[in-house]
Amino acid sequence: MIDRRQFLVGAAAASVLPLALPAIGASSAARIVIVGGGFGGVSLARYLRRNDSTLAITLIEKDAHFVTCPFSNFVLGGMLPIDKVTFGYDKVKAAGIDVLQDTATTIDPAKKTIATVGGKSFAYDYLVLSPGIQFDWTGIAGYHEAASQKMPHAWQAGPQTTLLRQQLEAMPDGGLFVIAVPAMPFRCPPGPYERASLVAHYFKGNKPKSKIKILDASDSFIKQDLFMEAWDRLYSGMIEWVPASKQGKVSSVDVSTMTVSTDFDDYKADVANIIPPQKAGQIAIATGLDQGTGWCAVDPVTFESKAQKGIYVLGDASLAFEMPKSGFAANNQAKACGRAILADIRGARAAPSKLINVCYSTVEPDYAFEIVDDFTVTADNIGLSFQDDRTTPLKASDDIHKREADNAKSWYANITSEMFG
Amino acid sequence: MALRDLRSRKSRIAPALLATIALLAAVPVRAQEIDGRALGDACTSCHGVDGQSQGAIPSIGGLDQSALLAKLKSYKANEDGPTIMNRILRGYTDAELAALATYFSSVKAK
Repeated sequence: MIDRRQFLVGAAAASVLPLALPAIGASSAARIVIVGGGFGGVSLARYLRRNDSTLAITLIEKDAHFVTCPFSNFVLGGMLPIDKVTFGYDKVKAAGIDVLQDTATTIDPAKKTIATVGGKSFAYDYLVLSPGIQFDWTGIAGYHEAASQKMPHAWQAGPQTTLLRQQLEAMPDGGLFVIAVPAMPFRCPPGPYERASLVAHYFKGNKPKSKIKILDASDSFIKQDLFMEAWDRLYSGMIEWVPASKQGKVSSVDVSTMTVSTDFDDYKADVANIIPPQKAGQIAIATGLDQGTGWCAVDPVTFESKAQKGIYVLGDASLAFEMPKSGFAANNQAKACGRAILADIRGARAAPSKLINVCYSTVEPDYAFEIVDDFTVTADNIGLSFQDDRTTPLKASDDIHKREADNAKSWYANITSEMFG
Repeated sequence: MALRDLRSRKSRIAPALLATIALLAAVPVRAQEIDGRALGDACTSCHGVDGQSQGAIPSIGGLDQSALLAKLKSYKANEDGPTIMNRILRGYTDAELAALATYFSSVKAK
């Protein structure tokens, strides 16, 4: 039996051997490993570093650059070159964050280690996964990764965005551009409709006889009245939206004949953008954090996984109650998660605070609108503070739409600067 | 200040104190605990790190507290022609707006 005196002596002896002690307890030694260099992961890394210069922060990201999905529709509309929505990690590294270009493969939650394809292994005190989405290639018959080279999804921005832009440029005037929209939930709910708008802007100025058909697995969409109002004003007769109730849900494609099929109709497309159903990034699924659902349940205050203590999930991969899957939401979540981790290091628990999501949609260069979501966070929910009156009003003036377009650009400059600046 | 004024001021203090205490009692205890910095984390997604913005969205870091609070209150009341702030600020109490104004007024651009 160890009496108190012996215990104290033992503790004193241990304290002169700090290297043998676990790292938890002193913030100077806390090791944070973050998987995913997008809106959630980079926002978190920068937030932690801005608030604590001593943390050991490692960011694992498979790509050398991050191409943002926000504003990638400007690339498709010919309004921005792709390099304007592409960011490197130099300033993230310069901020004192270890950025490893590698793919995380295996997590051992008991040992608190994570291994990579490149053969590296990291011990962590806090592990945060922000892996974004992967596609459910079983969702549409005939559509798989190889098929996406013929019918791009362009729903992970990058080479797919460039490919779709090239196809739109090569399309003859009078051609048909088909966009297939999956059922909710999916990344960026207003994105397909903004995409239709900005491609229509390109067609209007360059190939005005062309048509756009949106084949939708849903019967309504976010900011629908505002999009419809804009399409009537700007692109009359060019964009047709086919909801699920009018057989809009795409069930199969044939890339050899460029045919996009619902259960009732076949559409011969000149250019087809197939956005497949989605689920959480593979590392989250492989670790069982989705509990078989495809998305990862999290604590609403800390974003710690409900399935596995010590692992946090941010952004599109998470099931964040009423928050949509958006870069804005991931950035807001990252800061809440960062507060929770910093509090936990101090031995405290972060208090719930409020969260916000804003999604701007631009329909032509000087015409945008938005939806804002205020969220009230409790111990068991992230709920909308109010449901009504969340969008730019209908019949708003040209001046309001211009200011919203300017605000959208300003938002993008600020959020990407927070991450990569 | 004239003695007369001091005296009259003194005579006003007790009722003023009582009124303050009554007011404080009416305010929920939680109002004292509002973390303006945590609330502000949600704002910087648009307004930039430390409230320093590029482009059309205004910078809010380092502004005078009372001027910023007055602006937030006028936007919440849908005055001064906001595009979005009138809708966002519906979700915030006046005490939260005060905490936000206090936090952002204390932030210096780095």
